[in-house]
Amino acid sequence: MSIDKKIRTTSLYQMHLDAGAKMVPFAGYEMPVSYPLGIKKEHIHTREKAGLFDVSHMGQIRLVGKNAKRALESLVPVDIIDLPLMKLRYALFTNKDGGVMDDLMVTSLGDEDLFLVVNAACKEADFEHLLNTIGVECKVEFLEDVALLALQGPKAHEVLAEIAPSTSEMTFMTAKQLVINGIDCFITRSGYTGEDGFEISLLAKDAEELAKLLLSNEEVEWVGLGARDSLRLEAGLSLYGHELDNDHSPVESSLNWALSKVRRTGGEREGNYLGDNIIMSHLNEGTESKVVGLQPEGRMPVRDGALIEDELGNEAGQVTSGGFGPSINRPIAIARIKKNYIENQSKLFALVRDKKIAVEIVKLPFIKQNYYRG
Amino acid sequence: MSIKFSEDHEWVELKGDDLVVIGITDFAQEQLGDLVYVELPEVGDECSRGENISVIESVKAASDLIAPVSGTIIEVNSRLEDEPELVTEDSMGEGWFIKVKLSNTSELDDLMDESAYNSFTEE
Repeated sequence: MSIDKKIRTTSLYQMHLDAGAKMVPFAGYEMPVSYPLGIKKEHIHTREKAGLFDVSHMGQIRLVGKNAKRALESLVPVDIIDLPLMKLRYALFTNKDGGVMDDLMVTSLGDEDLFLVVNAACKEADFEHLLNTIGVECKVEFLEDVALLALQGPKAHEVLAEIAPSTSEMTFMTAKQLVINGIDCFITRSGYTGEDGFEISLLAKDAEELAKLLLSNEEVEWVGLGARDSLRLEAGLSLYGHELDNDHSPVESSLNWALSKVRRTGGEREGNYLGDNIIMSHLNEGTESKVVGLQPEGRMPVRDGALIEDELGNEAGQVTSGGFGPSINRPIAIARIKKNYIENQSKLFALVRDKKIAVEIVKLPFIKQNYYRG
Repeated sequence: MSIKFSEDHEWVELKGDDLVVIGITDFAQEQLGDLVYVELPEVGDECSRGENISVIESVKAASDLIAPVSGTIIEVNSRLEDEPELVTEDSMGEGWFIKVKLSNTSELDDLMDESAYNSFTEE
């Protein structure tokens, strides 16, 4: 195998190799897709105990300055100005056509200080976008030499409380800055698995020490990107490039819940972000298609890209993410489906290798989300 | 025992003059990861060497089983439909895929023996 010189690694690369990880290129990084436990067991372990994920490939950006909140609001259809201190909010960078450039997590570190976590594959473009659009209004700082660990699962809070007792007071979507074993950590109670859990941002040089400390607890196992995908799919969470892209508005991607009321038509700070007219018209008048859950009949997985047809063979939509849900032990999928088929509860079929697999439109998520709200 | 191997990581065990059992190797199942579904051909189907005859689905992706020989499929391991994990647990035994009556036994000569296959996978 030849290794592309441009491919990057995280500060935990050697630890992954030592743990026996299968490494794959992902968003320009060599990342662990699975460990010797295997995707299925890593997935189940996360649902039952606690999984540790290296997500250091994701982008971490800081916006600092008097106008930081107002400036970020001009790029997202989300209320940032009233985001309380040390609280997180899910947001979307929109484009001028109302599509989505990326989705992100925003934490308020103060009235003049925001912390963003963005997708690995989009991070350079996001940084450019921020610099070009709001670079004069606030300082846009791309954090280098940082790592991001996610500890997810029903035992995550116990594991973390053993080494950082004050984290047990945290509720879902809140943040805390603290020192664990002499290591500066920025901790949020959040994640991408549908389980309770934490994401920990820290300096890259400290990541190995903290990872070892967490793994010394017998409830914790390394979990790779393979299980991260099946976990988020069961939890009905969108993945950029699949449910979200530049060609579809957040409304078309069924993310109405992420669009803050104050930024909608009639709201106190309505519109004033890229693509606002299109997104607000989608909100007010509806869209031709939506993203929904699909339950395929039988055991054959229906994968991304599979076309969905009605009984007569008319195209009804397409699968955006599909695979197998290890916790529910059956295939599951998310698809973009034309609205009339959703409203009529039509009988639909997925085309897999010239076979027609019956699929039923179902509510997302496929598993009960298990967040700690206090 | 007369077991041979293909470059597509299948094993072919000769059972009599023109009858073979076919499955995937341990190396292949380890590469694939946890299997969640196996789509088998129909008994009576003809297969020709190099053709896709079965689909193996892991949590992550779908892969093809490529016929290492030509012939008629006379039996399939239908247990795999409900228990694809048999392939992971016992790829050379309980996890077999199909039995084929060969139409051209000389094709067996093109397959590798175990030591050749082992060096092939080490590359």
